[in-house]
Amino acid sequence: MQTALIVEQLLNGLQFGVMLFLMAAGLTLIFGVMGLINLAHGSFYMVGAFACAAVAAATGSFWLGLAASLVAAAAAGALIEVTVIRRLYGRDHLDQVLATFALILILSESVRWLFGDFPLYLNIPPQLGGAVALPGGVQYPVYRLAIIAAGLLVGVALYALIARTRLGMRIRAGESDREMIGALGVDISTLYTIVFALGAALAGLAGAMVGALQSVQVGMGEPVLILAFVVIVIGGIGSIKGAFVGALLVGVTDTLGRILLPQLLAAAIGPAQAAGIGAALASMSIYIVMALILAFRPKGLYSAQG
Amino acid sequence: MRREGLLNLVLALLLLALPFAAQMLGEPFYVTLATRMAILALAAVGLNLALGFGGLVSFGHAAFFGIGGYAAGILASHAFNAEPLLGLPGTDQMPVIWLVAALVCALVALPIGAISLRTSGVYFIMITLAFAQMVYYFAVSWPAYGGEDGLSITVRNGFPGLNTANPLSFFLVCYAVLMAALVLMWRIRDSRFGAALQAARQNDTRVAAIGIRPYHIRLAAFVISAVVTGIAGALFADLNRFVSPSMMSWQMSGELIVLIILGGTGRLFGPVAGAILYVLLEFALGGLTERWQFFLGFILLGVVLFARGGIIGVLAGKARHG
Repeated sequence: MQTALIVEQLLNGLQFGVMLFLMAAGLTLIFGVMGLINLAHGSFYMVGAFACAAVAAATGSFWLGLAASLVAAAAAGALIEVTVIRRLYGRDHLDQVLATFALILILSESVRWLFGDFPLYLNIPPQLGGAVALPGGVQYPVYRLAIIAAGLLVGVALYALIARTRLGMRIRAGESDREMIGALGVDISTLYTIVFALGAALAGLAGAMVGALQSVQVGMGEPVLILAFVVIVIGGIGSIKGAFVGALLVGVTDTLGRILLPQLLAAAIGPAQAAGIGAALASMSIYIVMALILAFRPKGLYSAQG
Repeated sequence: MRREGLLNLVLALLLLALPFAAQMLGEPFYVTLATRMAILALAAVGLNLALGFGGLVSFGHAAFFGIGGYAAGILASHAFNAEPLLGLPGTDQMPVIWLVAALVCALVALPIGAISLRTSGVYFIMITLAFAQMVYYFAVSWPAYGGEDGLSITVRNGFPGLNTANPLSFFLVCYAVLMAALVLMWRIRDSRFGAALQAARQNDTRVAAIGIRPYHIRLAAFVISAVVTGIAGALFADLNRFVSPSMMSWQMSGELIVLIILGGTGRLFGPVAGAILYVLLEFALGGLTERWQFFLGFILLGVVLFARGGIIGVLAGKARHG
């Protein structure tokens, strides 16, 4: 029983972590290449979820919805980059925080205008319904396993894109010296738009996949955004590898902490007090991990920039 | 500089005149609105010391705002139920509450600042956010004082010699605290300590080279800044007669930053101008349309993109130190 529970929670943590990685990868790329803090990244997550839910409801196909989420989030990202974000690259972080905070307000209200105040629901595609038995006697939903697989696949694809393709080479060059690659004839503003749209599409994908597990509603992006920031700060801003390690660390710490901390405390100080303190500590646990890591490595685990 | 001084005086008098005008026009609701302006301005005045003068973009000051609020709520509830707290009686007297709020905020801000200030730039923004989230989730999941549902203050806490249940008296209390904080900030800004803090913002290598340790200066500024924001939190709890974890949410931290940038970063009266405009906008747009946040977003975006320097920057020109 106990091991089955731990295996199940470990998988939940992995699924959560993989989803965080999709968010964090975009954020960390955008920061690494353009030096921009984008608080509105959570809005692309929301846009992806709404696009998926709306298209899936209209056509009856989750897969069309998933494609729509990528397109919608990338289009929203490209549009916002060209109209607003482009003007913020040279500004200090304070201006970026405020402007993207304003974008959250605008995007959330726009979505509420379009879809109303009530949450939408998205069904798990029939091909991925049901549960499988894992070794150790755990019944685990196929859909969550599919999310884990999809996230790992995107991770590998992203690695290949950045390490092996011409676009990836330009992105890496943009990270280390943006003026130089501009001087070498790369169209830097198009590159920035592509990176921003790519990051937005990843966030949209995450939103669409998680939309089938939770309800799709305005404001769903912000809690995930905060966690994605924790992830990239732990991993080292600008590093995809750091984002991956950080995401899994945060996902697993958070999920296991909620199960194990109250139990461990119950053994130490008795069940009555442990419930309260354990729950409080568990919800703080990832922030404690982050503070510890930054206290010893102020630039995160795998800092891309010195 | 003279223009900025004049503008500051106008802002101070405007805020003072608003509730009296409202009272005469028989619109007591506007007194509450003015009180809200004064309290949010006070919270932002605190943050402005770290963010504006020190260049330390703290995205976690809502934690101190909330801690101040909980100091008021917890002390008042112990006084109301006549239960001792750690062997001491609770209190419903504002000066004592402020003192406790200030002490607790200082004690919390000291370790947070000491760890956070080891980082800089985006990492500083994010680690202060993380600490605030920690405090937020602690408040949400700690059942003793209401947890997620928050804690009501049955009767607004008192101030010796005043009837704080009267909205105008309570406004005057808040206004007086705000003015005292502004005088403090003005003295700090023009002191040796303030000069060192602002110099460290511009170039901390040079400051270190002349024998001042920027870390200590910044830590002191961060703690003072947290204390002022915490006292504002105690007043805010008394205004609403309610305190809940939402006072510590990251949106609240964002709102405090918005107030400062809207008014003018690093300007003495920037937070005051920002708070007046923000509360007015919130109220005016909220009266016009349910979707007021949509328009607020565009206004904020316009300020960042086209009106750098905020209201004070537009009305009184650039600051002395760019």
